[in-house]
Amino acid sequence: MGIAALVGTPIKRREDPRLITGQATYVDDLKLAGMLYMAVLRSPYGHARIRSINTEAARQAPGVVAVYTAQDLKGVVGSIPVAAPLPPHITNGMGRRGPLAEGKVRFYGDPVAVVIAESRYGARDALDLIEVDYEPLPAVVDPEKAAQPDAPLLYEEFGTNVAASVHPPTDEIDRVFAETQANGGVVVKQRIVNQRLAPSPMETRGVVAEFRKADRTLTVWSSSQIPHLLRNYLAEQLGLPQHQVRVIVPEVGGGFGCKLNIYPEEALAAFAAMKTGRPVKWIEDRSENLAVTIHGRDQIDYVEVAATREGKITGLKVHVVSDLGAYLQFFTDVIAIAFTLPMICGCYDIPVAYGSCDIVFTNKAPTDAYRGAGRPEAAYIAERAVDLVAHALGKDPAEVRMINFVKPEQFPHKMATGTVYDSGNYQLALEKAMQLIGYQQLRAEQAQLRAQGKLMGIGISSYVEICGIGPKGLTPFGLYESARVRVDQSGDVLIYTGASPHGQGEETTFAQIAADEFGIPIERVLVLHGDTDSTPEGRGTYGSRTTAVGGTAVYNAVQKLKEKMKQIAAHMLEASPADVTLEDGRFSVTGAPQKAVTFAEVAAAANFSNTLPPGIEPGLETTVFFEPEACTFPFGTHICVVEIDKDTGEVHLRRYVAVDDCGRQLNPLLVAGQIHGGIVQGVGQALFEGVVYDENGQLLTSTFMDYAMPLASELPPFELDHTVTPTPYNPLGVKGVGEAGTIAATPAVAAAVADALGLPHVDIPLTPERIWRIIQQQQAQPQA
Amino acid sequence: MIPAAFEYHPATSVDEAIALLSQYGDDAKLLAGGHSLLPTMKLRLAQPAHLIDIGRIPGLSYIREEQGAVAVGALTTYATIERSEVLRRHFALLPECASVIGDPQVRNRGTIGGSISHADPSADMPGAVRALRAEIRVRGPNGERTVAADDFFLGTFTTALEPGEIVTEIRFPLPPARTGSAYTKLANKASHYAVAGCAAVVTLGADGTCTAASVVITGAGTMPTRASTVEAALVGKQLDEATVAEAASHAAEGLELMEDIHGSKQYRAQMAAVMARRAILKAAERARG
Repeated sequence: MGIAALVGTPIKRREDPRLITGQATYVDDLKLAGMLYMAVLRSPYGHARIRSINTEAARQAPGVVAVYTAQDLKGVVGSIPVAAPLPPHITNGMGRRGPLAEGKVRFYGDPVAVVIAESRYGARDALDLIEVDYEPLPAVVDPEKAAQPDAPLLYEEFGTNVAASVHPPTDEIDRVFAETQANGGVVVKQRIVNQRLAPSPMETRGVVAEFRKADRTLTVWSSSQIPHLLRNYLAEQLGLPQHQVRVIVPEVGGGFGCKLNIYPEEALAAFAAMKTGRPVKWIEDRSENLAVTIHGRDQIDYVEVAATREGKITGLKVHVVSDLGAYLQFFTDVIAIAFTLPMICGCYDIPVAYGSCDIVFTNKAPTDAYRGAGRPEAAYIAERAVDLVAHALGKDPAEVRMINFVKPEQFPHKMATGTVYDSGNYQLALEKAMQLIGYQQLRAEQAQLRAQGKLMGIGISSYVEICGIGPKGLTPFGLYESARVRVDQSGDVLIYTGASPHGQGEETTFAQIAADEFGIPIERVLVLHGDTDSTPEGRGTYGSRTTAVGGTAVYNAVQKLKEKMKQIAAHMLEASPADVTLEDGRFSVTGAPQKAVTFAEVAAAANFSNTLPPGIEPGLETTVFFEPEACTFPFGTHICVVEIDKDTGEVHLRRYVAVDDCGRQLNPLLVAGQIHGGIVQGVGQALFEGVVYDENGQLLTSTFMDYAMPLASELPPFELDHTVTPTPYNPLGVKGVGEAGTIAATPAVAAAVADALGLPHVDIPLTPERIWRIIQQQQAQPQA
Repeated sequence: MIPAAFEYHPATSVDEAIALLSQYGDDAKLLAGGHSLLPTMKLRLAQPAHLIDIGRIPGLSYIREEQGAVAVGALTTYATIERSEVLRRHFALLPECASVIGDPQVRNRGTIGGSISHADPSADMPGAVRALRAEIRVRGPNGERTVAADDFFLGTFTTALEPGEIVTEIRFPLPPARTGSAYTKLANKASHYAVAGCAAVVTLGADGTCTAASVVITGAGTMPTRASTVEAALVGKQLDEATVAEAASHAAEGLELMEDIHGSKQYRAQMAAVMARRAILKAAERARG
């Protein structure tokens, strides 16, 4: 009996039984002997000078072991790591901070002091006893105002809030716009706002740090996406050798990018553990999570697009104002420049594209990578641009897309931005989505409903995004991934991945890869991750890279072991290795299938026997690093239908169709899961979510009573389909799917609402009052 | 989200709870379902030194028809109200209102007595209780008294309860024949409290003319507020769409409007009218049977 191929089949996630029966261990489940608890005192102001801090009463409070402020960390704990500091100002220290605020607080929630106490309650109570004398300062929360010369300054010594700017010469794009207009074409302009979002994973952040003074070893359990990066940077921050720091990432209840960071609390808990000699735990509460864990998006984009009367886009000019918030987290400064600007052309073969950018500090929480990280902004820009052209020319948005798509035969294709796309068939995905939703009938129905005064809209989003980072040169450090694969004496396979799955399901997909390649049942394969002491150096899980990069490392490691096992099998079978094949877990000799040894027999021989062929080392274990030569570019088309309640402005999502192409699908069930979750988060941005600060930098959305998350009851069933266009850049042909749904959904819903209202553009989030105001305006000024 | 320290007192009877309330005065809070109080405590917006748990007092959760009224015990949960056949038969608006409060977890814990005592201006239940002209039975150190719902709500988080008093029962007088009721709300997309909600009760004469109307707006204003102008514009009329729309357009009159990131005053005023129109039309349809 042959073993069914697992790759490509929708098998259930192997990690789920422990997760859904409450048997999994998260950071907050850890209880160590003698453990202390940390609570963080945070700024109630958006911007203020710290005149003094008096911790005396807090230190005297029952159960309090220590209180630390920035004074205590001076010269002992380094600043929060930043992956790629940009010139001119960030390289000179602008936006850098220690774990606790010194001299000034720059956003609501800025950490000022920590209490270490015998209980979590005692630690929290003692916070109220710390007296901080603040001198409130004028705050600036609008990035465009912050860029003005008279704006309050976050970092006075730099004389500006603008950390960096990219402004290439505009000659070429100006010429294209002028020519297009001279030839009777159109140039359409629109300012679009991509609002600030709170990633809101189900599990907030948390850390436990334990320091063994005898041999100065630090163990940190953290709810993180990047165990190795965290270990390396934390060691640097604390002045410890890397091998004396161990990071363990237990189960993680969602990250969405916000845990792709090294946060103040990790160093603070570690510092406290080193000082007290006792384990220290900190668990973020929900309001802290909404206030101080990184936020996402927050861009203002000025889009100008030129097109011929026929709808062929001739040029695209985009200026991005990126709101960094008050400080830099890991990738804060490069989101717009490295991930938005290179992708502004979307799926479209635009001859000339121009991108400029200002990245600006404001008195708000730091922004950073949130599901999509710069690419949702780019997709939103590109999709809005195409719809603006369609609206201006009175053409169907599907038609304008078809006219402008990069054609399948053009791949690999260098875009006007310089980005080289690997493979794609954008037209096919759009056609499939249109067919699935019944596009032409919907347009007919829309015309009928309009005649009855009803508001129904159809929105298309043909997205492309960038995954599988990353090739050399994209960041200052290599973004490879690693796998150590071991076949033990009984023929069981252990995979240690340097990636750090936290809900994506690679314990299943990586096992599928190895089981298929070895021809053994999946039950014989175990995937381990998240412990820097046992896993090879890795770069973590984010950017939809883990299967494309980490999965390839697993695949390559398995190939290496297969080769070695073939040599051992050949020796056992007294055949030439070239004549030995592995199929269904049996090594047999070509032409003499009865001459065979099993996978387990070879594994036993390799690990146990003293009769290995000459030159072959005992054991079956290898570590492989994989650094891709290029990125992958998943794509697809989502189409949705909305209806608007004219009385209230509420948007009702009636149908949602998604056709996605993530290359080869290793497990269609997991692909569908990623698409479903992704769509929900994208719809959340379009309709509900938004972090709001008042003009003084006070956070108005500090609980889920005010920050609106999407609910299942507000969503229709999603109708999914796919196309398969493998990437040539890895042997699995996989592109990545973790962020696709989010990237696609926001523009689709935004387009549908604008379509329903007959407008070129409406800013997100499309909240009831915003829509209601537009309808009121339209009713007050009937169209001529 | 760690509350300040408090002393916990599980009361076993109403009298014991009253005694505890009298003893600790302003330092004490009553805990019923806890779904309004506990979040407030976790945010340290409330820091009561004493928490008197009345949730375990037996005999305060019931729905029974008696003496021309339906009596609902103060500790009856929203989930129980939502599923009550007796209530559905007489006052469709009550189960309808309960069904749109929070989520199933909230409805399984939250109580009607807790909701009206808390008097959150955006809560749903106070508007329903007022529209149905309920009588609220309270007990305190000086014995028992009954307060009409119209006299019970005094302002934002403020009721007619005297120190030491506890709501024990809400009595809904049985409606005359051809009475219909409905609750509609525009929910805040985050909290799902009402940005604007309307509880409406109408009684029709044999010829379909409206003989009585009770319309209360919640969410939009600083307290659940009776829309007297709307009521007056309905009585004596046939409740066709145009009449109801005209009447409902006065829904915000007399409201002290609230404003936050989920709705401006202008929007809330307009939504009060929209919700009133919808609730009244639905109530009228139910009244017609």
